[in-house]
Amino acid sequence: MSSAYRLPHATCIDYTKPLRFTFDGKSYQGFHGDTVASALLAQGVHLMGRSFKYHRPRGVMAAGAEEPNALLDVSRGGGRSVPNLRATQVELYDGLVVKSQNRFPSLRFDVGAINDLLAPLFGAGFYYKTFMGPRKAWAHLYEPVIRHAAGLGHAPSKPDPDTYANQFAHCDVLIVGGGAAGLAAALSAGRSGARVIVADEQAQWGGGLLAERGVEIDGQPVQAWLAQTVRALQAMPHVRLLSRTTAFGYFQQNFIGLVERLTDHLAHPPQGQPRERLWQVRAKRVILATGAIERPLVFSGNDRPGVMLAGAARQFLNRYGALVGKSVLVFTADDAAYQAAIDLAQAGATVMAIVDLRENPQGPGIEAARALSLPVLTSHVVIETFGRLRINAAALGRIGPDGDVTPVKIEQCDALLMSGGFTPSVHLFSQSRGKLHYDADRQIFVPGISAQQECSIGAAKGTFALQESVQEGFAAGAEAAEQAGFKSQTIAPSRVRHDVPSCAGFSGAVPRPKGQRAGKAFVDFQNDVKVTDIISATQEGFKSIEHVKRYTTTGMATDQGKTSNMNALAVAADALGRTIPDVGLTTFRMPYTPVTFGSIAGLARGDLFDPVRKTPIHGWAQHHGALFEDVGLWKRAHYFPQKGESLHQAVLRECRTVRSKAGLFDASTLGKIEIVGPDAAEFLNRLYTNAWSKLAVGRCRYGVMLNEQGFVMDDGVIGRLADERFHVTTTTTGAPRVLAHMEDYLQTEFPELDVWLTSTTEQWAVIAVQGPLARQILQPFVTDIDLSPDAMPHMSVRTGHICGVETRLFRVSFTGELGFEVNVPSGQGRMVWEALWAEAEKHGACAYGTEAMHVLRAEKGFIIVGQDTDGTVTPADLGMDWVIGQTKPDFVGKRSLVRADMRKADRPQFVGLQTHDPHFVPDEGAQVVAVAEPATGSAALGFVTSAYDSATLGRSIALALVANGRARKGETVYLTRLDGQALPATIVDPVFYDKEGARLHA
Amino acid sequence: MRETLMDAAPHPSFDEAGLPLTALALGATKLYPAPDLARFVLRVRPEDGARAAAAWGLSLPDALRASTHKDRHVLWQGPDEFLLLALTSEKQEIIDRLQAEMGGKPYSLVDVSHRNQAFLLTGEGAQQLLETGCMLDLDPASFPVGMTTRTLFAKADLTLWRRDTHTFHIELWRSFMPYVMGLLQQSAVAA
Repeated sequence: MSSAYRLPHATCIDYTKPLRFTFDGKSYQGFHGDTVASALLAQGVHLMGRSFKYHRPRGVMAAGAEEPNALLDVSRGGGRSVPNLRATQVELYDGLVVKSQNRFPSLRFDVGAINDLLAPLFGAGFYYKTFMGPRKAWAHLYEPVIRHAAGLGHAPSKPDPDTYANQFAHCDVLIVGGGAAGLAAALSAGRSGARVIVADEQAQWGGGLLAERGVEIDGQPVQAWLAQTVRALQAMPHVRLLSRTTAFGYFQQNFIGLVERLTDHLAHPPQGQPRERLWQVRAKRVILATGAIERPLVFSGNDRPGVMLAGAARQFLNRYGALVGKSVLVFTADDAAYQAAIDLAQAGATVMAIVDLRENPQGPGIEAARALSLPVLTSHVVIETFGRLRINAAALGRIGPDGDVTPVKIEQCDALLMSGGFTPSVHLFSQSRGKLHYDADRQIFVPGISAQQECSIGAAKGTFALQESVQEGFAAGAEAAEQAGFKSQTIAPSRVRHDVPSCAGFSGAVPRPKGQRAGKAFVDFQNDVKVTDIISATQEGFKSIEHVKRYTTTGMATDQGKTSNMNALAVAADALGRTIPDVGLTTFRMPYTPVTFGSIAGLARGDLFDPVRKTPIHGWAQHHGALFEDVGLWKRAHYFPQKGESLHQAVLRECRTVRSKAGLFDASTLGKIEIVGPDAAEFLNRLYTNAWSKLAVGRCRYGVMLNEQGFVMDDGVIGRLADERFHVTTTTTGAPRVLAHMEDYLQTEFPELDVWLTSTTEQWAVIAVQGPLARQILQPFVTDIDLSPDAMPHMSVRTGHICGVETRLFRVSFTGELGFEVNVPSGQGRMVWEALWAEAEKHGACAYGTEAMHVLRAEKGFIIVGQDTDGTVTPADLGMDWVIGQTKPDFVGKRSLVRADMRKADRPQFVGLQTHDPHFVPDEGAQVVAVAEPATGSAALGFVTSAYDSATLGRSIALALVANGRARKGETVYLTRLDGQALPATIVDPVFYDKEGARLHA
Repeated sequence: MRETLMDAAPHPSFDEAGLPLTALALGATKLYPAPDLARFVLRVRPEDGARAAAAWGLSLPDALRASTHKDRHVLWQGPDEFLLLALTSEKQEIIDRLQAEMGGKPYSLVDVSHRNQAFLLTGEGAQQLLETGCMLDLDPASFPVGMTTRTLFAKADLTLWRRDTHTFHIELWRSFMPYVMGLLQQSAVAA
């Protein structure tokens, strides 16, 4: 072996596969199966981080997800960097590059450690009390400096180049945790034929079993039993085993979020392989076998590198072959630490002493330790530790019969293993809204009343003995399968031998000599919260743990207090003289461990963030240089610049061409709804303001739709194709809303009507041909429709053929020119467009985009719902009383229109604005005010809704909503600007061009 | 155009609307573009549904099921809504037969042949591939052969229809096709 701390036997190490990695630029060796923590420990390296606030040197304390100290930054280049990863969970691969965090210039020498000397200044509440003002200093001085000095790793600064997958899954039984209890549950549930998913955050199956060596299950060595169980599960096709998969959230109705890490452990991830997969699982039954987390003991100097949890030392030894020290001191209030002492002693370490808080511990572990002649000191405590970057000694004290602690001696050591007993991992149970129960005898919270279809088993339930855990697993798996509708068979109880379970524990600060301050006794290691901070919070008057938590930040670090919550609670309860349940327990929130944004975003990034809807003519427009704008999910051609043209120039040209010749416009995105049935006209009567019964077949009408409040929600042209069939158009973005609104009324208010609604938006491509030459352009392609003005007047619709394709041909105009809208089946839209384009070009016509369309309609004073209306505008406000069918008994919104407020004289009214400077195009949204410099706090008269430079009129035009605007025609108002003084304009009629409409009827 | 849905043959590349013209390999799963079809949405009072289906020689499907006769399929979309798929050559006959057989009963028949496009997803991995974006339980025990439903694939509405254990027919509005194709292709890489 390469190092004095590396041992030749371990359950998770492949000694045939040595690997090299670098930590802070220095190269180290490890093996396949190592974590960064185990590999560094095997090289004798304990110092792995600096603490959050005081920059104290820190070593690894735990062996799993709960690790608070050893946080690393892993960078793979090209934007692939992840901060704050726990060294105990980062799997080694050849060439791995990791760095420590929160230190400058180096981990061994960190200038920030000055904070540690100044620690008395930096107690809880320091920031709240110190940085009171001035207010501006927060943003520019205090916060940047504090953030720089205190903190964790750095967030990646480049876009994440990795991809992330998503998978929905359903199962009968989801088991979280692949330790003894979880695997036993999987076995019995799997044998019933139920669909089972087992998720475990680790790379190997077995959980705590992987650290066991002497235990036997059913006469087999524990590792053989484990291998056999996993093989049996792998052979079941309906059992899905997900390793490296963390269940991070437990949501409503047994919906669980899992993140599977796919490539982070690979030196060379396969091309295209996603980095992580988010599993969204709906389970009929959930079994939580999430184990337990060992509690640190709280004494001065308990955070020095080399001080770690006893169970962690045992895991590093038995799983990874890494010896955490050669002369170890054990400090415990629980039996389980004895097994750690025994294992380390048998691996060659010298156990300097087992310091036990308890007066008279009894049990097989204690007997076995004594049999090996390990020195056991009962009623003793550690009162202080020594050493700078690594522990080298600890001061011990004896607890007298009266509870007083007397210092007795200083013991040399290079590692101190502590155990305050185990805290069940009830995070997911608690997230499921289950109610916890406080077990006063053992001072732990265990799952109490379930809120969902789940159960907890094994250590997660407080069952620490292996035999009972396995038994609970078998029973829970069978029961869950039965509840999910499967027949299960009983599995004979297992017999477990040589197990040394946890059976006691201690929470809070350990006793110390009278008069000695608590010193640097850490409760929350990651947020640097000490016993004294919690006591001072209680002295400040905070009585609830929720307040103590926020004042001290205990439990608020990235580890969410996995190792600290119970100790913090016990210290607070002690200081307040109350019981633990009385002080309360903070809420467990998802995620259990941090989850990447990538896995939550999944494939919803870039082009696939939202559907990008394109019309059948999109490709043509793209080919002809169109620039597009987003309209809802649609891409619409915004304008078609010719060589060197700006948006402004292109739009002026497009408008001029349409007015003088003609233009082609892709209107395919318009919403379309086919309304069919004997009651179709009656339905329209009730949904639109105007009257539809008398609309003749072959004719169209402009319709306005109100919501219940009487405000305009949509508009469009509706054509009657047959007595019982209407073709309704809606605005592009209003289409889904209008259909939902219609269905809502049809199903809930008018179920007696025989009428049905079908969305046909995407059935039809729509080509608007607008301009004086529109008829000439269409004529050659239309064989069976008479386009002449008499046969097909403005606002009519015909069915027939164009280019041999069926068409619904509307004579309508949104430009004020002679116009047609050609509806053809989408699949033929491009072909028809190209045919029309070839003809249009001959006539000097152009293709125009949405911007020119907006200008042309504004010249005619045609509104765009959502631009010239804002959801508080009535037809009367728009000057569109003519659109109200006054004689109709009712329509949606009618009742609201007669409310007094809707008839007030000062309601906003739709008007035109003529700026005094014809070149001044006001901002859309600019305030309309009565004087150039209105007094602060005075109300505006209204606002500009649309404004353009009009080629037709040779000047700017604007539309606005102005209080009592129609009565103000001729008045001068002022339009505010962002970059200067408000400028004057005259209120005019909103129709700027061809007021008589002669061009429409050409 | 092909004679049946099932044996669509390869063409090169993607069409204007984003549907591949050729069979597309998505890992071990294959995606076949469906040929052009006549499609109609039938809306009818529940009590008249059987009569309408019979006009086309079909039985009215139960909720969440499809019924098939030769090249005609009617897919349940809702209590009073059905999607009819047929050969394009039968379009007029479908319209005429229904009108003749309904005897004045009210109904709505709307041509959506071009609104929807469709593809077949086939292979042992098809179900899992769909489950990358569809939150339904597609296990054959829950979603058996012959079942059809409207659902979501990520943010796109679509109609899913299980033709056999490893083959799904998927209908969606045409402009959502590139989005669904993109997701399926990326998810297939991830599988």
